[in-house]
Amino acid sequence: MIEDILFQLELGLPQVVLGLVNGAFYALLSLGLAVIFGMLNVINFAHGAQFMMGAFVAWMLLAWGGIGYWWALVLSPLIVGAFGIVIEKLLISRLYKLDHLYGLLLTFGLALIIEGVFRNQFGSSGLPYSPPESLGGPPVDLGFMFLPKYRLWVVVASLVVSLATWLVIEKTRLGAYLRAATENAALVQAFGVNVPRMVTLTYAAGVALAAFAGVLAAPIYSVNPQMGSSLIITVFAVVVIGGMGSILGSVLTGFGLGLVEGLAKVFYPEASSTVIFVIMAIVLLARPAGLFGRA
Amino acid sequence: MADSLLKTANLQAWYGESHALHGIDIEVREGEVVTLLGRNGAGKTSTLRAIMGLIGRRTGSVRFEGKELINARSDIIARAGIALCPEERGIFASLDVTENLMLPPVVRPGGMSIAEIHTLFPNLKERARSPGTKLSGGEQQMLAIARILRTGARLLMLDEPTEGLAPVIVQQIGHTIREIKQRGFTVLLVEQNFRFAQTVADRHYVIDHGQVVDHLDNAEMANSAERLHQYLGV
Ligand SMILES: Nc1ncnc2c1ncn2[C@@H]1O[C@H](COP(=O)(O)OP(=O)(O)O)[C@@H](O)[C@H]1O
Ligand SMILES: [Mg+2]
Repeated sequence: MIEDILFQLELGLPQVVLGLVNGAFYALLSLGLAVIFGMLNVINFAHGAQFMMGAFVAWMLLAWGGIGYWWALVLSPLIVGAFGIVIEKLLISRLYKLDHLYGLLLTFGLALIIEGVFRNQFGSSGLPYSPPESLGGPPVDLGFMFLPKYRLWVVVASLVVSLATWLVIEKTRLGAYLRAATENAALVQAFGVNVPRMVTLTYAAGVALAAFAGVLAAPIYSVNPQMGSSLIITVFAVVVIGGMGSILGSVLTGFGLGLVEGLAKVFYPEASSTVIFVIMAIVLLARPAGLFGRA
Repeated sequence: MADSLLKTANLQAWYGESHALHGIDIEVREGEVVTLLGRNGAGKTSTLRAIMGLIGRRTGSVRFEGKELINARSDIIARAGIALCPEERGIFASLDVTENLMLPPVVRPGGMSIAEIHTLFPNLKERARSPGTKLSGGEQQMLAIARILRTGARLLMLDEPTEGLAPVIVQQIGHTIREIKQRGFTVLLVEQNFRFAQTVADRHYVIDHGQVVDHLDNAEMANSAERLHQYLGV
């Protein structure tokens, strides 16, 4: 019996590792959502659209400007982040005095508009984007499987960026401002910190994380206007399971649930696309604040 | 007589529709310790919040070093050199003691160094890595005061720093206030305990129903017990 399971696991290990690649995206995206929610108390429903924008900007940089992957990895988050600044200043900042629901509706509306615009411009069939040459070539031999170099890079990049974000928030002065302002923004401002600007930049940073994930995704998925909306539903479930606003929680939950999905593909493939939502329902019943959330 | 550091004129403030301050006129001179006395709900906290720009709507005038601040945002007011130690202390749970201490940005030179602060409050050094809210009430109050001593703010506004604390801690806070006065800081202190106020302050304003109703020099305090009892209802 146990041998059976081990045997199946061995055969299925590649699936599990690929689950980790999905987990890398879940982690990055839920991290951005957590950063934004912690500071703005807004559930950023435009996150999927901003992820998609990240991928498209990388494609545009290459197709129209001849600017390659590595530059895109830096430029696209900056460009989409700047778009986030405009959105926050122009629209979201007007809603802080109202119920959370308004922020959610606004960003949901934005997501629909952004996707519509991109579908209009680029159609919905998807555009190709190749991985950089340095990450192409023969797959890496992990002993039990061959993993395309690019997928390995995605996992590493996601881990590094997640860890860096966590360090900034937990260990730096800027992070102390963020944590304090999450508790009592008015007092932090009365100490002389320009909180409105900090809120704007936090939103931009969360959006930039989504765009970064978008660039990472571009060579794996085809670049198309729907790429964000299909992924983001799962990411919201990840956020609910991890607990809204917890940085470390969102990273661990992201990777963890990627693995769980991979395992499900091995042992019970029929459930692989729903297992996360089943877990979400169970967590909501047993621990409504999420696994890592403050109740 | 020293120069006026802070001067308010006809300062009014509202919480939504509710009119909390009906025209506060106070003046604090460089190097003084001045108290606001008054019963619960008189408007003492609201006065500090209005000076700090922490109240929705305010009118009148708040001049600091001659500069008008009535329309300024609270971060600009802080940068001008005013700091608040709030009534509820405002210690952050997600920050450790050192992070709480280091949180307010330095707004001017002349603040106390960490070494000086640790000499004044040795407990804060011992518990540097504890979460801020794991400290005792007295230690939290020390932390809340220490935090604004670092920033170089010239005017320190302390809202009932002795509230709910044991007598020995109250004494320590009294000592601290005299110490910071000696270092040339100016203090605007909200108190309900006028006996404590007497031990640290130069002058006192009595607030009632959102207005200044009396003004005493510290020397007059002893002979004004009756008057004060009436105002404070003690
Ligand atoms: N956040 C608030 N919202 C509405 N009214 C308030 C608020 N805070 C204080 N008040 C009212 O303003 C008046 C003055 O309160 P406050 O300044 O806190 O008094 P004190 O500090 O002298 O005890 C009181 O009538 C109080 O009920
Ligand atoms: Mg009060």
